[in-house]
Amino acid sequence: MNDWFRIPSDLQNSYLGLIGLHLREAVIPVLVGLVVALPIAQLCVRLRWLYPPVLWVTTVLYAIPSLAFFVVLIDYTGQTETTVMIPLGVYSLVVFVPAIVDGVRSVPQETLDAATAMGLGPVRRYLQVQLPIAVPAIIAGLRVATVSSISLVSVGMLIGNQGALGNLLNDGQIYHQPRLIWLSVITTAVLAIVVDAVLVGVRLLLTPWMPRGTRKARPAEDRPEPAELVLEDAAR
Amino acid sequence: MIRIDSVTKRYPDGTVAVDQLSLDIPDRSITVLVGPSGCGKTTTLRMINRMIDPSEGAISLDGADITKQPVNTLRRSMGYVIQNAGLFQHRTIVDNIATVPRMLGWGKEKARARATELMARVGLDAALAKRYPYQLSGGQQQRVGVARALAADPPVLLMDEPFSAVDPVVRKGLQDELLRLQEELGKTIVFVTHDIDEAIKLGTMVAVLRTGGKLAQFAPPAELLSDPADAFVEDFLGADRGIRRLSFFSSAGLDLKTSPIIAVDSTAEQIAERTTADVPYLLVTDLDGKPLGWSEPGALTAGAVDTAQLLAYGRPFEAGKDSLRAALDGAVLSPTGWAVGVDGTGRVVGVVSQGAVGEAIRSAHAAGRSGAKVAG
Repeated sequence: MNDWFRIPSDLQNSYLGLIGLHLREAVIPVLVGLVVALPIAQLCVRLRWLYPPVLWVTTVLYAIPSLAFFVVLIDYTGQTETTVMIPLGVYSLVVFVPAIVDGVRSVPQETLDAATAMGLGPVRRYLQVQLPIAVPAIIAGLRVATVSSISLVSVGMLIGNQGALGNLLNDGQIYHQPRLIWLSVITTAVLAIVVDAVLVGVRLLLTPWMPRGTRKARPAEDRPEPAELVLEDAAR
Repeated sequence: MIRIDSVTKRYPDGTVAVDQLSLDIPDRSITVLVGPSGCGKTTTLRMINRMIDPSEGAISLDGADITKQPVNTLRRSMGYVIQNAGLFQHRTIVDNIATVPRMLGWGKEKARARATELMARVGLDAALAKRYPYQLSGGQQQRVGVARALAADPPVLLMDEPFSAVDPVVRKGLQDELLRLQEELGKTIVFVTHDIDEAIKLGTMVAVLRTGGKLAQFAPPAELLSDPADAFVEDFLGADRGIRRLSFFSSAGLDLKTSPIIAVDSTAEQIAERTTADVPYLLVTDLDGKPLGWSEPGALTAGAVDTAQLLAYGRPFEAGKDSLRAALDGAVLSPTGWAVGVDGTGRVVGVVSQGAVGEAIRSAHAAGRSGAKVAG
């Protein structure tokens, strides 16, 4: 059984080490993306005309293949994790910006009026009312972004062993070991499903105020479940 | 006092929401702004707490221009209640109510204690404190909205159609509750509604606004009903203006007759003794003095009245407390044409005929008219 999880020595890492590396490369860019998206989304809420162009820019950025990003970035950040993480962070914006904008806009007008009339200034109103009420929408975005990031990290193998679990795919091809390919694909998928489940748990903890029957009835509703996406990506 | 002085609100597209409006809103009473949609009543209310700034004119609170103090300080000194309550759905009931005290720097415990006290005051069960808004009914949410507005004990309360989204039964309960609260607290309340009946029930003074934001009439409700300023106000007041005005006349002056009342176990002598020429019916009460129904004297059996044979007695009015409207209603409802007056516990204190109620109405009108003239 242990043979299953044996990792070729050229990767200079254990199985668990690769998982840790994979998680780090997937999660850090998403969190940075979230922090960057919050002010951008707030600007889009305040200045309505800004939203369509911002959406257009994030979509165009998302359309740039990661390989193209690597080619440009490699001159500046070298063959490092950073080179892998920058495109992942940029990609997450295409999910976060609309998720946060929709979430903040979903706050009922009378709730906002009540907050204004009670003497909450714009900053308090944002932090104490709009943002907390947008949490379900933001976490829905976080689920999609994280899961797709987990599957995308593997491309990092293209710039020399920076793909964490993705490097196993490469090794499997070089050494003709299907075991390594299976190990990579299954581990990535399981990782995505587990992280997604954790995020669902986080949302339940953060939103005791949501009616139970409709906890799922949020903007993410008609998108495919994030876990399905990663399986599709992994299958490619 | 809130003084609205020649205020106009004009929007960039040229629409005039409020046109040269001047109102002196008296302290410690309920002033209702009422009118059809588009009459600028909500705009006017929102100019008082500066959620909207007037294009012309000025608003002052106790003599000081409201633009002279920081806007959020002004708003925290004015409670605001809104349609659908506008509660913070992510906060518990107690935290919703404690919002303004917390912002004013109260400690968490003190703010929560105050919130709990207010819940009792507006008639909310303390068990609801830890619930979230979605777990409450519309009427309960609206009570939370009122409690939240009162939390920091502001001298002024602004209410924007607070009860229009709840069903009529709940609405009546909330209105009665507001009147009771106001008796205890004595706030300066500005209340916006499109419902003229609500305006007449709640208002100490009523400002009727017409479309285009012009003031049509500013008067106490009784005067509004007796002397509408023009056809618009008269039309807005609707039908039954005369009947509704009776709500403002007390039934205290009615001449109640006690002779035609007998208990259910009366003897033949008692029935004969109570039967007089001027009252064609006898009112039968139970042994406790509560009304059972009317009967013709001849149809009564001594000692054991058949209660199933009695005629309906309509809806009794509380003598001295209810208005002439209630007395007239009772008289009209009963097939005998007589209304039954009861005391606070429901015991009969006397009966009165439609004719006598009509007499009382005529003399009340005469007194009211001369009174209005003296005041005017």
